[in-house]
Amino acid sequence: MQLTNRSKVVSNKEMTAAESAYLPAVLKGMAVTLKHFFRRPATVKYPEETREFSEVYRGKHVLKRDENGAERCTACGLCAVACPAEAITMVADERKKGEEHLYREEKYAAIYEINMLRCIFCGLCEEACPKEAIFLTKEITPSSYEREDFIYGKDILVEGVEADKRIDISKRQDR
Amino acid sequence: METIFLIDKTVIAFIAFAITLLIATYSTYAERKIAAFMQDRVGPDRAGPFGILQPLADAGKFFFKEEIIPDTSNKFLFIIGPGIAMLTALMTSVVIPWGGSLNFAGRDIPLQVADLNIGVLYVFAVVSLGVYGIMIGGWASNNKYSLLGAVRASSQMISYELSMGLALIALIMITGTLSMKEIVEQQHGMNWNIFYQPLGFLLFIICAFAECNRTPFDLPECEAELVGGYHTEYSSMKLGFYMFAEYINMFISSAFMASLYFGGYNFPFMDSLGLSQNAITIIGVFVFFLKIFFFIFVFMWVRWTLPRFRYDQLMRLGWQWMIPLSLLNVFITGLVLLWYDK
Repeated sequence: MQLTNRSKVVSNKEMTAAESAYLPAVLKGMAVTLKHFFRRPATVKYPEETREFSEVYRGKHVLKRDENGAERCTACGLCAVACPAEAITMVADERKKGEEHLYREEKYAAIYEINMLRCIFCGLCEEACPKEAIFLTKEITPSSYEREDFIYGKDILVEGVEADKRIDISKRQDR
Repeated sequence: METIFLIDKTVIAFIAFAITLLIATYSTYAERKIAAFMQDRVGPDRAGPFGILQPLADAGKFFFKEEIIPDTSNKFLFIIGPGIAMLTALMTSVVIPWGGSLNFAGRDIPLQVADLNIGVLYVFAVVSLGVYGIMIGGWASNNKYSLLGAVRASSQMISYELSMGLALIALIMITGTLSMKEIVEQQHGMNWNIFYQPLGFLLFIICAFAECNRTPFDLPECEAELVGGYHTEYSSMKLGFYMFAEYINMFISSAFMASLYFGGYNFPFMDSLGLSQNAITIIGVFVFFLKIFFFIFVFMWVRWTLPRFRYDQLMRLGWQWMIPLSLLNVFITGLVLLWYDK
């Protein structure tokens, strides 16, 4: 089977006189590099430019709120079970009276942490979630000098209440 | 008269020195940019517009790096090594004719530091000293990788100097002079030596690659096998000196190729333009530098195209191909000269 038409059969035959003079091959190689010299760079200047992402790119996670602004997560732990990298930990707590506008169900995650160094961005957590609470977004996890900075708590993961801080995940729902 | 002459020469020497250093500095930038373009990348672009200040940032970094002198090294030789490399690299620029002569207040000022009547020979003498900088540096480091690099450097330079000299002998047989200035002036009006000595030029440029320790002959450095070769133990500005000497060598050998084979500061139609002598000279200097830049580009172009030779291949090429070919070149040149004399 041939995947590309560029494969070449390698042999150990003696070089012909033209080949052992090297110069034709050298000039051919220099023609190749000169062609690349005038080609557009294949790289992007990262912080200023970013590559176009797929609509369903799997980046940093978001914990969604419902239409009233209450957190959807009910701390069932299915995401943590589904996670092949064991990156998710959570501590559940019971909703008190008067917190109905904060948490959708009677149980909620008091602590919800994802270790971004362990996460492999497979998206199994969002498939496991019965409450449509966790989704992966197009955002990239920023770099840091400290390992501790990569344990993302609820302060980073939960989306804002205000309409303009909500994160659109409709593309990932349509899939 | 004598003091004015001295002042002229001092000024020219200083300008040549400054330009050599400036071009060597910006060669590092050009090298990185060309490498990037050939690999479909952008290259350094953070320091200043298009990264134009990158060489200054690099130099600053070199000065502030920690200076490490190995405990078991021969300290005197260890320190003097990069100095010798730098000195010999800079000394050769003395005989390069940078341009014709400027007529200034009734005086002709030739744009050359010294018109030695043995210019080519002088260059050879100095270039063969260049191996001492590498050899001493590599040996004094007391490190086996450095020593291997230095041994490789010296044997490579000695092998390739032979055929370089033979390639030049054929050229000198045609020109009949060793003075750089006269060789350049003989090439006036597209009478370039490349048309008379194509094989000689090919041999010369290959030897120049080897003499400058550039890829495909960069075995003395050879990051892959020798962790940097002769400058493994060097750090801070001493390492910078070695790197810098390499780029100066590259600039100087480009200047030699341009002036020996490609007419130096001569350019086509220089007599029919009807310009004054000074204007012609200034244009000539620019043309000369364009030629030099072209050869520097070729140096870098080859570096980012070809892989490194194996050591036995390098030696076989040097002794079994280059030297017989250059002897053949001398022989043919001699025959042709005899034929025309008759």
